Amino acid sequence: MSAHTSPLHPMTYSTRGADPATAPAFLAPLDQVGAGLPGSGLSWLTELRTAGRERFAAVGLPTIKNESWRYTNLRDLAKTSFQPAAPAAAVIDLLPTVRAEGQDGPRLVFVDGRFRADLSSVEGLPPGVELLSIAAALNSHADLLADHVGRLAAADDRPLVALNSAYLADGAVLHVPAGVQVERPIELVFVSVGSETQATSCHPRSLLIAEAGSKAVVVEHHVGRGAGTTLANHVTEVFVGEGATLHHYKSQRDGGGAIHLSHIAATVATGGCYDNFILTTGAKLSRNEVVSRLDGTEARTHVSGGYLVRGTQHADTTTVIVHAQPNGTSREVYKGVIDDTARAVFQGKITVCPDAQKTDGYQLNRALLLSDGAEIDSKPELEIHADDVKCSHGCTAGELDDDALFYLRARGIDRDTAQGLLVGAFLSESLEEIAEESIRDAFQGIVAGWLEEQK
Amino acid sequence: MAAQPETVEQVRAVTEQKYKYGFTTDIEADVAPKGLNEDIVRFISAKKEEPEWLLEWRLKAFRVWQTMEEPQWAAVSFPPIDYQDAHYYAAPKKKAGPKSLDEVDPELLKTYEKLGIPLREQEILAGVEGSEGKSPAIAVDAVFDSVSVATTFKAKLEEMGIIFCAISEAVQKHPELVKKYLGSVVPYTDNYYATLNCAVFTDGSFVYIPKGVRCPMELSTYFRINQANTGQFERTLIIADEGAYVSYLEGCTAPQRDENQLHAAVVELVAMDDATIKYSTVQNWYPGNAEGVGGIYNFVTKRGACRGKNSKISWTQVETGSAITWKYPSCILQGDNSVGEFYSVAITNNFQQADTGTKMIHIGKNTRSTIVSKGISAGKAQQTYRGLVKILPRAEGARNHTQCDSLLIGDQCGAHTVPYIESRNRSARIEHEATTAKISEDQLFYCRQRGISEEDAVSLIVNGFCKEVLKELPMEFAVEAQKLVGISLEGSVG
Repeated sequence: MSAHTSPLHPMTYSTRGADPATAPAFLAPLDQVGAGLPGSGLSWLTELRTAGRERFAAVGLPTIKNESWRYTNLRDLAKTSFQPAAPAAAVIDLLPTVRAEGQDGPRLVFVDGRFRADLSSVEGLPPGVELLSIAAALNSHADLLADHVGRLAAADDRPLVALNSAYLADGAVLHVPAGVQVERPIELVFVSVGSETQATSCHPRSLLIAEAGSKAVVVEHHVGRGAGTTLANHVTEVFVGEGATLHHYKSQRDGGGAIHLSHIAATVATGGCYDNFILTTGAKLSRNEVVSRLDGTEARTHVSGGYLVRGTQHADTTTVIVHAQPNGTSREVYKGVIDDTARAVFQGKITVCPDAQKTDGYQLNRALLLSDGAEIDSKPELEIHADDVKCSHGCTAGELDDDALFYLRARGIDRDTAQGLLVGAFLSESLEEIAEESIRDAFQGIVAGWLEEQK
Repeated sequence: MAAQPETVEQVRAVTEQKYKYGFTTDIEADVAPKGLNEDIVRFISAKKEEPEWLLEWRLKAFRVWQTMEEPQWAAVSFPPIDYQDAHYYAAPKKKAGPKSLDEVDPELLKTYEKLGIPLREQEILAGVEGSEGKSPAIAVDAVFDSVSVATTFKAKLEEMGIIFCAISEAVQKHPELVKKYLGSVVPYTDNYYATLNCAVFTDGSFVYIPKGVRCPMELSTYFRINQANTGQFERTLIIADEGAYVSYLEGCTAPQRDENQLHAAVVELVAMDDATIKYSTVQNWYPGNAEGVGGIYNFVTKRGACRGKNSKISWTQVETGSAITWKYPSCILQGDNSVGEFYSVAITNNFQQADTGTKMIHIGKNTRSTIVSKGISAGKAQQTYRGLVKILPRAEGARNHTQCDSLLIGDQCGAHTVPYIESRNRSARIEHEATTAKISEDQLFYCRQRGISEEDAVSLIVNGFCKEVLKELPMEFAVEAQKLVGISLEGSVG
């Protein structure tokens, strides 16, 4: 298949449209901060950082000439001069949570990519479960990290993962031992503060490991404070063991000056389930990449979400589901609402490898355009190399149903309320993909808040 | 899904056959020296006694082509093509004006006989004067390698003001029309293969339907590659003026050879106000043998412009041949209320690769498009549907419906779907659906239980799967297409 991606290595980044000229500005600050990065004595880590640095130096930021970036332009990023965010003792008085008032539970908080022990708590976790920062884990759990970091998100492949690897310093680590069920949701809170005078960047790296037969629920919150331009370039590697279940919910409500880039790479072993849901409402530019590989038989993955954008926001959702083994199931339901002159991008690919017989893959992306300047670009892809499979995708774009609006207005409901009701109903189809009720309710609340702001 | 008994019979009748058009015709030919340079471009232009403006256009294209790179984005792979190692012009030496069947080169006659064209048509194809006008059926333009050897029913069509002739003849007789429309839909800078075509195109058909005329018969071009080491670069231009209607058919075959041959055609359609063009293709170029040796590289640019209000362009294609297909018949829906349609059946077997689909560009208000694509992949074949639906901000009320279904037969093949859907108008409604499945055991069992052999059952089920598209074909082609479906899948079961 030459220049085309090979079915066995579907995640390889094509260097087409590479622009190495953009690299030096992003790598230069490493000369100052590089020596101070944690874990400098670990040879594997040094190799990983070097590989990332060399790769990014060779390819630079992706450009729209690259097929997987054709709808998301990082041109403005290349023009901005970012400095690594300085450790700030910013006072954070209110943290987002899915918990009821007064309840607490395990939580890690990161401010501009740095762990804040004073805001975090690991109490109430079952014995054996580890929840800590990467920086701490590099001291206490170096072997665990050596075995996992960089295995799913290669430092020498995708440019943004390479950049993240070069700066690898902090982020969250969750390790759930075999057979352990963590009932209470574990919250990971990433706060962007930045600076009003300087654009800042951080590159959090996280690791979620659910060993065989275990179960955990992780909820990520991304919120912004302050008006500065912030770049958060996340990479998260997720390992779901045999028969394990990991629910991974994420709400991205960054501020208007935020650029949110995220790459989640997951592998699911036999009989395991990786359940991902991302609700995007924030950031001026966001890109959520989710790559979920079913590497064992009878494995399942759900990759769903909602994106609500307005103003001049740009939200990109790019998913790749790889069925590498037989009898796998994947399900993907995305709903989007686009208002004003905002633009949303959905690229979803399902790859079925030659051995993955009896695969059942389903994907749906539906977008609602609320105004004349709004734009949706969808690219749902199927790449099938096995014959005994059932795969389908559906994709629609359109405006609110006039009849439904009329029905509500005829009953004395004003236009805005009616529109809000219909949009809420439209989005609820994807929110219903969230299996955990408390989290579904919390995310419903975020959607309701977004609709409220509209008025 | 229920196939007619005769369908099953036709499928049975042809299932044992190999590629039956794989013979070569030993005919004296006028061949340009191998290679590609400005002199060859001038040579072709001189052979065709072309006006200066056309030569200049060709040379402009050739200069642009030299700066271009071959596209890499399609999901096909093949060894690099040596563009210098081919002849860019080959024409049978034709004795001027044969008066009866006896005077026509017997080798040409035999060729059409073997291609399975009925005797009456055969007389016409060989260009016998006086045999026209007996029972109008289909007007045929036969293109043999680089030249059009005969066009039938010309006189009858001329009475209605319809121009149907070889494009090289149109350049001589209707230069103002050719000059106005050539390159107006596919510009000479369009893409690598189209630009190459602009530089070296040899022949093809030209159709002009005047205002308000409904073309009384199907127009058809039969393309045949015969010479070894030649590329075929035909150029077709169809213009339907206000209120006109035309249905056009295209068929293609080539001899069985071990080396790959390049076919890089360009088809341009222009539909003015209230005009309709229906363009049907049954593409059966030699696909290579079961080991993947030989076959045609079919790199084709087809595009239609719905320039006028309420105009309509409908593409129907049955793609069973070629080693590699790279083809995206498209519609530019400029006129308000214009309609674009794309119905496709693509079948790949053995080592065939096909990357095909369409583009629907909605520019005008209330433009509508329908895409129905059925892909069947068997053996070690790889097939990709690649399509674009683009709604521009002015396209109020635009509507698109896309259905792409793939069927896999065997565990060595691949079927891929790569749609691009871009909407910049909120009132536009777009629906896209794609499925991939295999022939269900239940369906096979049902057929087998009724005494139908496995191979016949597959043909029957596949014909049912494709019916939505096949029914769009003119009747004569539908029958041939059904047979082809059977032949193409031969040896894919068991």
